[in-house]
Amino acid sequence: MAAPTSIQDPRRPEAWVWVYFATVGIVVALMMVFGLVMRLGQAGLIELPLTWFYQLMTMHGVGMVGISGVGGAAILYHFLSQHVELSRKIFIANFVLFLIGAVLLLGPSLLGSYAGAWTFLYPLPQNSGGQWAPSAAAIHLTGLALVGVGFLLFHLDNARAILARYGSLGNALGWPQLFGNSSEEPPPASVVAGTMVLIVNILGLVSGASIIVLSIVGILNPSFEIDALLAKNMIYMFGHVFINATIYMSVTAVYELLPLYTGRPWKVNKVFLAAWNISTIFVVIVYPHHLLMDFAQPTWLHVLGQVISYGSGFPVLVVTAFGALTLIHRSGIRWTAASGFLVLSMFGWSAGVIPAVVDGTIAANQVMHNTQWVPGHFHFYLVLGLVSMFFGFALHYSRGTGDSAADRVALWTYAIAGLGFTCAFLAAGAQSVPRRWAIHLEEWHGIALVGSVFGALVVVATLLLVVRIAVRARSVA
Amino acid sequence: MTIQATATLISFAGIALMVGIFLFVLARSGDEAAYDTVQPRAYSLRKQLFFILLAGFFIVPALTLRHLPYSPDGVESTVVDVTAHQWRWEISQTDFTAGESVLFRVGSADVNHGFAIYDDTNRVLAQVQAMPGYVNEIAFKFDDPGTYRIMCLEYCGLVHHGMLAALSVTDARETL
Repeated sequence: MAAPTSIQDPRRPEAWVWVYFATVGIVVALMMVFGLVMRLGQAGLIELPLTWFYQLMTMHGVGMVGISGVGGAAILYHFLSQHVELSRKIFIANFVLFLIGAVLLLGPSLLGSYAGAWTFLYPLPQNSGGQWAPSAAAIHLTGLALVGVGFLLFHLDNARAILARYGSLGNALGWPQLFGNSSEEPPPASVVAGTMVLIVNILGLVSGASIIVLSIVGILNPSFEIDALLAKNMIYMFGHVFINATIYMSVTAVYELLPLYTGRPWKVNKVFLAAWNISTIFVVIVYPHHLLMDFAQPTWLHVLGQVISYGSGFPVLVVTAFGALTLIHRSGIRWTAASGFLVLSMFGWSAGVIPAVVDGTIAANQVMHNTQWVPGHFHFYLVLGLVSMFFGFALHYSRGTGDSAADRVALWTYAIAGLGFTCAFLAAGAQSVPRRWAIHLEEWHGIALVGSVFGALVVVATLLLVVRIAVRARSVA
Repeated sequence: MTIQATATLISFAGIALMVGIFLFVLARSGDEAAYDTVQPRAYSLRKQLFFILLAGFFIVPALTLRHLPYSPDGVESTVVDVTAHQWRWEISQTDFTAGESVLFRVGSADVNHGFAIYDDTNRVLAQVQAMPGYVNEIAFKFDDPGTYRIMCLEYCGLVHHGMLAALSVTDARETL
């Protein structure tokens, strides 16, 4: 295949995919503004009321995690439905449950001072020290449960459709090609990714739903006590898997779209299948790396957390990032803002794993845990990796008349400012600046100011892109 | 070199390397070549990378898992009880001498907190979670005299950032 002179993609997203993405655009932009306000507060440039910092933090966290799932689900639905018969009703139901859940999630923070953070670590939601009423926590957690139920339905429907087409999850993960001598074509990349995600996310969502229900019972009946360490395990199992799954869903955009811009096929081979199968197991069992400073846990779990951290994301990451670079290298790739964002997403994911793995090392975690090193590494993944996948997808399908200089300026602004923004977090973490502090010591203001400047540029670039995509998507749709 | 400095050096060097790799590929992307000449070389490189990562998968844990912070090292220590509250620290002893080994027994009276020991330059030296229903033991030796700060490193509500305490460590010769 030669480098393409024009991009032909007849797979137009259906209207509901655009509805999902309209929501993604609005929520991501709004939550970025919340994040910027927090950073400005940490830099000492604005004075936020204490309660509001932590309320914004809670809304920012839960809003970004939730909307990351929404964007990932939209992308996966679009590409997976090219290969299997998905239910549009379930897709709509997931969205409706998300909207109802979002109201219940954000309402208690906006109206009831709820600020339990998106991690809702037991027993903080029911034991706020007087900041919010237990009922606010119960409403928030009910919203979280509704969002979880929506995603559970979505993944169960994916499972139904995949089983109907491929007969078993093993077949959809390419086991006949991986372990046998099947000469049949392996399943497409989107089917493999969708299968992996439904396995890990159903497990994660069940864990999350269980601890959410237990927490609500604890709020309604304070004499009902939960083991705090068990609760923490269940929460991090759910949280880690869910946020990772957003990337695994969204990366299908890279598999399906990058070949159009390079004129080179993305081949699903044994290496690709092996990587996704290994990551299916590792992503589920890696979450103990969030609990390395919980000394009461058995030491073998800490060791597992570190060792699996080194293997968890690497198989899929190496195969994907290396595959993407191989596709691009000397391809004559057609550079647009869409292909630029898809490539940026590969950089964000590849580079973001480095500080993550460092923090997953017990010796480093002892001094890095819960410093701003942590938001540094996950913002690397999410700002430069995941949101870039969203932009790549949305720009590709809303191109209409093509790129403009404004798109390219926005792309480069977003890339450079995003790198500066995340590196400012990492640098602050290296200085031992704690995460989730409303008020910083004066000597920490400088690095927060640097982060704020880059953060503001990220917000400007995002707003510009969201508006341009919205205008063009309307004409395309 | 501190752990923070080592972690930062490794991470930023890695990120810079990734920037370099991506910029190199981007710069060469317009110099078209047939895919069947590019792919074999890339796959060969990927195989080498795989073996490097596989080696790292075993070597790095072997190097970094030798000294775990979880078990007290058997050294006779001063035992100090720490209870975290929203939003204050209750510490049974706050004055120590340089060179003294201390075993902090850390718990919580309400929600999760993080017991982090900072030096006088505001750098984290060690930390452990404080959790209701559990006592986490962390051994720490105060090498140098000075004022050490305790900060909370687990979000615990409205005054999380204000959960501070100080430990005073004097030169052993001054206490004679």
